Amino acid sequence: MANIPDHLLRRSAEAKAKATGMLVEQVLAEMAGGAVPAAAAAGGATAVASAPATAPAQAIPAVPEGVRTQRMLTVVKAKAIQQVKREPTDKVNVWPHLLAIEFVALLVVTALLVVFSVFQNAPLLELANPNAQPNPSKAPWYFLGLQELLSYFDPQVAGVLIPGLGLAAIAAIPYVDRNRSTRPSDRKFAIMMFTFFVVAAAILTIIGSFYRGKGFTFTFPWRDGIFFDL
Amino acid sequence: MTRPPAGAETERTEGPAEVPTNASGNGKTTLGDRVAKAGERVRGSEAWESIFRPGSPFRKGYADSPRNRSYVIMNNVLYHLHPVKVKRHGVRLSYTLCLGGLSFFLFILLTITGIFLMFYYTPAVPQAYNDIAALSTNVAFGQLVRNLHRWGAHLMVITVFLHMTRVFYHGAYKPPREFNWVVGVVLLFLTLLLSFTGYLLPWDQLARWAVTVGSNMAGYTPVFGQQVSFVLLGGIQVGAPTLLRFYVLHVLALPFLIVIFMAVHFWRVRKDGGISGPL
Repeated sequence: MANIPDHLLRRSAEAKAKATGMLVEQVLAEMAGGAVPAAAAAGGATAVASAPATAPAQAIPAVPEGVRTQRMLTVVKAKAIQQVKREPTDKVNVWPHLLAIEFVALLVVTALLVVFSVFQNAPLLELANPNAQPNPSKAPWYFLGLQELLSYFDPQVAGVLIPGLGLAAIAAIPYVDRNRSTRPSDRKFAIMMFTFFVVAAAILTIIGSFYRGKGFTFTFPWRDGIFFDL
Repeated sequence: MTRPPAGAETERTEGPAEVPTNASGNGKTTLGDRVAKAGERVRGSEAWESIFRPGSPFRKGYADSPRNRSYVIMNNVLYHLHPVKVKRHGVRLSYTLCLGGLSFFLFILLTITGIFLMFYYTPAVPQAYNDIAALSTNVAFGQLVRNLHRWGAHLMVITVFLHMTRVFYHGAYKPPREFNWVVGVVLLFLTLLLSFTGYLLPWDQLARWAVTVGSNMAGYTPVFGQQVSFVLLGGIQVGAPTLLRFYVLHVLALPFLIVIFMAVHFWRVRKDGGISGPL
């Protein structure tokens, strides 16, 4: 307040005097009386919200010593204010950027499937005969890993326990893996474990599909042929 | 019929060039011009505008503006699947390889081809085989549709599985997406069951014995093995009741279940903040 140049104060007082019809000197004196120097209290991360000083309607003389004209309402810490605005992220419109890609992907897959279907017929063997079990009898390809396990373990383990517990274990992954990071370098163990099981399942399925011949015994596909139908 | 004054078109015709000009510029009205004009009229009609909501690229006077790009999604049934905007990295083909979307698309393709096959199929014991055999001789495109259905089904098992591995390697099952991962595992299981039940339907040697081997495993369930096997097969071995049972599961029960789980899955993808963050 004290830093306001005199000519500006005077101009302001003149305007106020003109508006209220008072004398310029009277207004100036009133302004000088009301202008209590604010205690420079705000420091660091604290902001002081001041209550309006009691309006000095007729108290033209300066505030007596020891009377406080402001009080602290609250202290607001720097990080206590919640950021309502969302962090800006790099986004693009779904139309056309994503939909165009999806549409092309859909067309490509359809085209590949149609071309494959034109040249490759689905298998149809002879009518089902309950009395003539083919040798070997194989499950659909996605169960051949399990059928392969049947030749190592007890059926109760390979046929029920391993697939059942496996499925439950896969479903439980998010509740077991408490590591919040998604960076591959932070989750080497998780990636290693998952990759191990995926590769093991793939190897078992490939062996069951192509390396098992009559009586589900081990064969080489290039020597004895492929015993596999899709 | 009250048509809103179509700005651009009427202005053009009110101009001094009353004579319609065509591509060759000789002032004659060609068939192409008439078709174009009829198209304009149809696309400006009230019926057309009742079908395509504002912002649709099929509407008359569609302009490529940021507002319209938002409307294309917001005013469309696609809004159930996609937000107006996605993170830029999510659009990269190498991030998702479209595997989830392709699984869904394959499901639709399998539904369409499956409905076609249902017209020609009887789930009865010798008849089922004859119906499938007749597809290649008596039915137009019968063999092709059956091929599409079979190869599409195998492909769907693969894409669903690859989708799961993709999600794992991106760590996209982490909070808040834990439950959606569980829903996804259920979807994988249902996909396998759908494929397995469909495997029996041609009722040839391959189908019967593959299902016998597969369902033998269920018979090894501890304690209730016998009962599980009996419920699954409708008897002590794969026979006519099994065929009917697998047929109903394949065309009705399992698709019903999987559609419900898919709806939850897609909804949770949106609610859990869209595609997961970049690595």
